[in-house]
Amino acid sequence: MDKLIDLQDIHFAYPAHEGTLKGVNFSLNAGERIAITGPNGAGKSTLFHIMVGLNKPNQGRVMAFGAERKIEADFKDVRRRIGLVFQDPDDQLFCPTVAEDIAFGVFNLGHKKDAAMEMVDRTLTHLRLNHLRDRATHNLSGGEKRLVSLACVLVMEPEILLLDEPTNALDEETQERLIEILNNLPQALVIISHDSHFRRKVTTSYLSLENGILVKPAPKCLHAAK
Amino acid sequence: MSQFGPKVSNSMRLRGGGLPSSWVIQIDPRARIVAAFLFACSVVAMDGFVALGCALLTSVVLLVSAGLSGKKTLKKVMAMDGFIIFMLLMLPFTTPGEAWFNVGPFTATKEGVYKAIEITLKANAVVMTLLALVATIDAITLAHALNRLRVPENLVHLMLFSVRYIDVLKQEYFRLRTAMKARCFQMGNNLHTYRNVGYLLGMLLVRSIERSERILEAMKCRGFQGKFYLLDDFHFQRRDRLFSLLSFFFLLFLFTLDSYYG
Repeated sequence: MDKLIDLQDIHFAYPAHEGTLKGVNFSLNAGERIAITGPNGAGKSTLFHIMVGLNKPNQGRVMAFGAERKIEADFKDVRRRIGLVFQDPDDQLFCPTVAEDIAFGVFNLGHKKDAAMEMVDRTLTHLRLNHLRDRATHNLSGGEKRLVSLACVLVMEPEILLLDEPTNALDEETQERLIEILNNLPQALVIISHDSHFRRKVTTSYLSLENGILVKPAPKCLHAAK
Repeated sequence: MSQFGPKVSNSMRLRGGGLPSSWVIQIDPRARIVAAFLFACSVVAMDGFVALGCALLTSVVLLVSAGLSGKKTLKKVMAMDGFIIFMLLMLPFTTPGEAWFNVGPFTATKEGVYKAIEITLKANAVVMTLLALVATIDAITLAHALNRLRVPENLVHLMLFSVRYIDVLKQEYFRLRTAMKARCFQMGNNLHTYRNVGYLLGMLLVRSIERSERILEAMKCRGFQGKFYLLDDFHFQRRDRLFSLLSFFFLLFLFTLDSYYG
């Protein structure tokens, strides 16, 4: 099986709302880097939540790593292998210190303390965030929070990385750093982003979520077609 | 299910809740609050079974005429009884007096049993009256009514802010829980769970404080000077006067009953 994720004809609606997703087909192969765009409220984040089983589709099949995933127990394994970075880092960071927050996921995977701390330090070094190790999470700057929330997910060594608007409110320098980090990662990536500059630098193809379905957008101008 | 978890609660009913209309609900909230308060004070002061039984009967009548759903109300009353049940069970064996019967090595006294029954009657009468008269007022109206009744402003505003932000907090809690779940967190009976649930609650607290500071700053930007203005339109009508008068005479009647049979 080549396809890491394969969504087939996904329909989803929030209670008391009309359908958000109306037949989404999506697949991701190893090493692929895909960007997803679309208007606000189109259901991009929902799509991510469906991939990791935080939302269950009303209709359609979620295939991940070669098996169909239906119930909560199926997704426990999926969440180990797919790392989801939330849109708002504050949603993710809840421990008093950076090191503890990064260790949280590793402990959830069942590692012992020594091994976990070693993984935390390795990840911090890799992302050059060692100076933040013992800082309190809630008074980091916006950019630092973003990088730490990425570290929290990377430390679990996922096979796929889902990033939900990672460049939101980042200054240029942090953005460049994020691009550099992402381009050195071996994982398959799916990124929700409205930033075309960022998309071009990090991903190889892009899709647009419009009216509840994923489409390959037609180039809007001649430059983009080249 | 939305990404914020289960739909927001309606434990704090806001304006426009679809309550069935009955005469109890149409009475002015201020009259209901005062009546319930005086009723509670009076019932607590009484000790005769006849008067207390009468009070309990009245509270049941009020409850029925408020048109509340029986099942939910019963649940709430049971919840209150759950709190005092141990005390009620202990009371017969710990009150000194004339011995009545034995359970194993313990002796129950007549005085103790009477005391327990008395407390049960009082507690249930008061809770049911509160449920019928006060719990049927939505949270915001209740705060406004309390304000009109000269309850200290700070308390009223504390209540209004709680109503406003309790769901915000709840949503924040569910967002954090979702994010924890995405990182494979599972609740269990272990140190890891306790520590991280502690962190979760701690972080909610820290964020609430920070949020409250931001709210205050935003309020200051709009010229807040420590004074709130509540807009409300209560009209004390004939039926409210009638209700107040009836309540007053009923309480007098209860006291008379209590002094005759007490």
